[in-house]
Amino acid sequence: MKADGKKLIWKEYQKEIADDHYFYARSCIRQNFFPGSEKAFTRIMKDELGKDLCDNQHHTSCTGIGYHTDVVPFETTMTVIARQFSLMTEAGYSNYIASCITSFGLYTEIIETWKHFPETLEKTRDFLYKATGREFTVPNNLAHASDIIYKFRNEIAAKAKYRLVDKNTGSPLKVVEHIGCHYSKMFPHKGVGGAEYPYVLTGMIESWGGEVVDYPERRHCCGFGFRQYAIQANRGFSIACSRKKFDSMEPYEPDMIITNCPGCPMFLDRWQYALSEMEGRTYGKDKQGIPVFTYEEVAGMLLGYDPWQLGLQVHQVPAEPLLDKIGIEYDPEAKFKGPNGEDMGKPAAPSYLKFYQE
Amino acid sequence: MGVLYDKLATDVRFIESLKACINCGTCTAICPAAEFYVYDPRTVAITVQTQDDAKIIELLKSETIWYCGECMSCKTRCPRGNVPGLLVIALRALSQDLGYFTESEKGRQQLALKRAIGEKILSHGYCINPDTIAPGNHPEQGPIWEWEMEHIEEVMEKLGANYKGEGPGALRKIPQEDLDEIHKIFEVTGGMDRFRDLEKFSKAKAEEMGVEFGEGANNEYFRMIYTTNNQTHTRE
Ligand code: SF4
Ligand code: SF4
Ligand code: SF4
Ligand code: SF4
Repeated sequence: MKADGKKLIWKEYQKEIADDHYFYARSCIRQNFFPGSEKAFTRIMKDELGKDLCDNQHHTSCTGIGYHTDVVPFETTMTVIARQFSLMTEAGYSNYIASCITSFGLYTEIIETWKHFPETLEKTRDFLYKATGREFTVPNNLAHASDIIYKFRNEIAAKAKYRLVDKNTGSPLKVVEHIGCHYSKMFPHKGVGGAEYPYVLTGMIESWGGEVVDYPERRHCCGFGFRQYAIQANRGFSIACSRKKFDSMEPYEPDMIITNCPGCPMFLDRWQYALSEMEGRTYGKDKQGIPVFTYEEVAGMLLGYDPWQLGLQVHQVPAEPLLDKIGIEYDPEAKFKGPNGEDMGKPAAPSYLKFYQE
Repeated sequence: MGVLYDKLATDVRFIESLKACINCGTCTAICPAAEFYVYDPRTVAITVQTQDDAKIIELLKSETIWYCGECMSCKTRCPRGNVPGLLVIALRALSQDLGYFTESEKGRQQLALKRAIGEKILSHGYCINPDTIAPGNHPEQGPIWEWEMEHIEEVMEKLGANYKGEGPGALRKIPQEDLDEIHKIFEVTGGMDRFRDLEKFSKAKAEEMGVEFGEGANNEYFRMIYTTNNQTHTRE
C-alpha cells in the first residue's frame, strides 16, 4: 500500500530530459576519483545509445567547490558558468549535461537567479564580454548525467548481459541509493521525482532488476559539507554523517550502494575504511564492507564492461563479492595490472576491512 | 535598520533566503550540522531578522556561521520558503569582505580553502587535482589511494582518462588560453579581490597572534588554521 502511494507521487514529477545532442561538462571530483565512470558514460552514450555528445576540451571547473567553500564570489561563479554556456553555444549545442550534482545544483540556482533577477543576467553578460569577448545562450535543457542514464534505463536493460539479481537464488539484490543533497533539495521540480521521492536512481535499480532499500536515514547527507571535509580539523563532521547512514542501513543487509553525486561514492567508500581503522568497525558480511558504486559503474558492469576498465579496482571497499553474487565474469589477476598488463604491485591490506578475497 | 543589514539586503542570495522566519525550528530539526555542531540555523535566521547591526557583527565574527555544510536540506523543509544555508552563504561573504572571518577559529580556515581550492581553479582549471591530495595529508583515502598515486599515469590510462594530455577527456591539461580567460573573469568579477582580501586580513591576524605567516602550506599560520580544533564546537 505504502509503496503504491509513493509510486503515485513519483508520477507527478516528470522532468523533461532532451533525447539527443548534448554538451558534456566534466566534474573535478569525479575525474579525480572516478575517471572510469565518465569514460563509461561517454561510451554508453556513443556506443550503446548512438547519441551525439560533445566532449569539449576548453571547459573548466564550474568553481562549485570554490563557491561552496565560500572563497569564490557569486558573480565570479555566474560568469565562469556563463563561459561554459558560451562554449556550448559556440559548438552549436543547446542541451547541457553536468557530470556533477554540485554543478547541476549550481547551474539550476544560477539560471533561476537570472530569471528572478534579470539584472544579474545582464551583469553576467557584461562581465563575460569584458573579460573574454564572449557571448552566450542559456541552455534549453539542463540535465545531470544520471538523468540521461535514467531516461535510457530500459534501453540499457535490454542490452545488458547481467541483472541486479543473485545468480544462485534468482532474487533481486538489495540496493541502497544515495541521491545527494544538491540534486533536488534546492529545486525539487528540476530533479526526477522531486526532493521527497527522488526517482532517478530508483528507476534505474528497478529497471535493472534490483530492489530498493528504504531505510530511515535514506535522505541524510553523506557529510561532504565542502569546508567540513576540505579542512582536516573539520573532518569529524563528515565521518559522523556517513556513519549515521551506515548504522541506519546495515540492519537491512544491503548488497550495494549506488550513488548520484561526485563526492558521495568516495566518502561512503573511504569512510567505511576510516571507521574500520579507527574503531575496528566494519559493515556488511564477513568484514567485507558494503561496496559503493556510481550509476555509470553499475550500468557498465551490467553491460559486461571490464570491471578494471570501469575503475572498480580503485575502490577501497572491494567489489568482488558483488560481482560474484551477480555472476559477472572478470579476471582476478588483472585487477592491479597496468594498461598493458604490467605488474604494478598491490595496495597494502587494511587492518580490519577484508580487502583481498581468498 | 542597520547599515550591515542594508548591505546584506543587496545580496540576491540574502533576498532569496529570508522572508519572514516564524522561529519554528524545522530547519534545525533537519540540519545535519545542527546534529553534530553547537549550531542552530533557526537562531541565525532570527538574529539576522532583528536587523540589529551589533548582533549581526557578533554573528559575522562568530564560529556559528562556519558550521553549515551547505547541503541545502533546510530549503526543502522551511514552511516559509527560507533557506538558512543560503543566508549563511551571504553572511560568510560579508564576513570575508569586512575581515571579520579572522576572529574565529573556523573562519580563519578560509585562507587554507583559498590556497588549497581557490588557487587550483586558476592554476589547473579545476578545484581539485590528484597532485593536491597527498596520501600523507589524507590517511582516510586509504592504501588504495597510496597505490593509485604511485602508479597514477598507468592507472589513469587504464581507466580511459587523458591525464595531463592534450584534447578532451578526464584530467586533461587545460589549455593556457582557457586558463587566461578564467583568470580574467576572476579579475573582472571580484574573485581576485576576494583572494587578495583573504590574504591581507589573514596576514594581519597572523601578526597580531605572533604566528609565522608565509605563502603556500609550509608555514605556521597555515598549519595552525588547517589542523586546530579547540574541541568546543561539537555537541558531545
Ligand atoms: S561542482 Fe562539480 S564540477 Fe563544479 S567544481 Fe565541483 S566537482 Fe567540479
Ligand atoms: S550527499 Fe554529499 S556529495 Fe552529495 S550533494 Fe550532499 S554533500 Fe554533496
Ligand atoms: S524552518 Fe524556516 S521559518 Fe522555521 S525556523 Fe527555520 S528558517 Fe525560520
Ligand atoms: S544548508 Fe546548512 S543550515 Fe541548511 S540544513 Fe544544510 S547544514 Fe544545515
